Amino acid sequence: MTPTKQTPPISFDVFTAGLWKENPVFVMMLGLCPVLAVTNSVLNSLAMGIASIFVLVCSNALVSALRHFIPKQVRITTYIIIIATFVTLVDYMIQAISLDLYNKLGAFIQLIVVNCLILGRAEAYASKNTVMKSIVSALGMGLGFTLALVMLGGVRELLGAGQLLGYQIFSTQFEPWVVMILPPGGFIVLGSWLLLINYVQQRKIGKLIAMESASHCAVKT
Amino acid sequence: MSTPENSVPELPSSTKLISTLALVAMISGLLVVSIYEYTKPIIAENQRLATERAIFKVLPQAVSRLTFVVKNQTLVLADDKTEGDLIYAGYDKNKQFVGVALNAAAQGYQDTVKILYSYQPKTSCITGFDVLKSTETPGFGTKITTDKAFLANFKCLEAKVNSEQTQLLNAINTTRHGSKQHPWQIDAISGSTITSNAIGRMLNQSGQRLHPIVMQNLTRLQQGTANDTD
Repeated sequence: MTPTKQTPPISFDVFTAGLWKENPVFVMMLGLCPVLAVTNSVLNSLAMGIASIFVLVCSNALVSALRHFIPKQVRITTYIIIIATFVTLVDYMIQAISLDLYNKLGAFIQLIVVNCLILGRAEAYASKNTVMKSIVSALGMGLGFTLALVMLGGVRELLGAGQLLGYQIFSTQFEPWVVMILPPGGFIVLGSWLLLINYVQQRKIGKLIAMESASHCAVKT
Repeated sequence: MSTPENSVPELPSSTKLISTLALVAMISGLLVVSIYEYTKPIIAENQRLATERAIFKVLPQAVSRLTFVVKNQTLVLADDKTEGDLIYAGYDKNKQFVGVALNAAAQGYQDTVKILYSYQPKTSCITGFDVLKSTETPGFGTKITTDKAFLANFKCLEAKVNSEQTQLLNAINTTRHGSKQHPWQIDAISGSTITSNAIGRMLNQSGQRLHPIVMQNLTRLQQGTANDTD
């Protein structure tokens, strides 16, 4: 009897990996162009995040569904066609929902096509896994990407305009840090978040090592 | 003797490659056409509302407006769906003519930038604009709507028509930041030069074509609906 190839079941880890442990922005540093460009407000960040989630989930689902049919030689071309299709759909949908939002997001909606996060997930994950698993993973990655965008957008809007989601947070005496809503502000805030996240992680690792060595000494004595 | 390590993997046939791309392209086309057809009327309505908002934004004294289309150098009353050069005339609460709003477009950094601007025939000034369509880079090209020094150009940007009423007396142009010398020049934004130039270019093109027609038909615009024949 020939052994049947069994696929591992969908675990919660598939979903949560993209949220934090393998966050596309803070860990994998993917798709940084829109991350730096459109995160000058929370609303723009959310809109870009939701658009990216839609493209990521739909393209990964279709790539996964067609994975046995797509020959290796034309896979990248096919993935790009699939991604470009969903980006075009998002482009029309945003125009139908709000022209103001469409104007604010500028060319970055169309540029989702070349976001390496989406093509990367299609090639590295969706083309090797089942449709359901690809959707769950894409959803986690997309939410992780959106979380990172909102974390950047929140800080930049708060310091750059004294507002959050358009609501005034700081008093009128607060002088906005205009640099924060300009492109250099994107670099400054991204760098600061990376610094903070790495510092917290290093401390966590340090504590774990200390605890392990303490328990090792206790066992010896 | 060939071993499994150095054997060349068999290539799929061209038919298979072509059929794969054809199938994917077919799915893609079907999805795009479906969404395009579904969103087309919604987008058109959004654009109409955006134009409506823009007209009253650039002509703040106006409470009502009429749409005209240019036909053989004359103005004919039209609706917003009419194709052609549209001229929106604004009227205050006493039905007095307060100015016109005109469309202009030019190639920006990413794509075509479309604006609606106000022109006051009485003072021959362009007094403001609103962006209808722009996909310029956020933080750079989008500064045209937020940069105070740039917007100061439009307190009264001179757009006088010559005495023969055939073209602008002085062509509108954009100058390097800080080097504006004449009232018909636009001081560019440092860091958004391409979009600033696009604004100057589109205002000049639209002004050269439409301002003489506005001046030739000024009485018609001031009368509003009184003498409508269409």
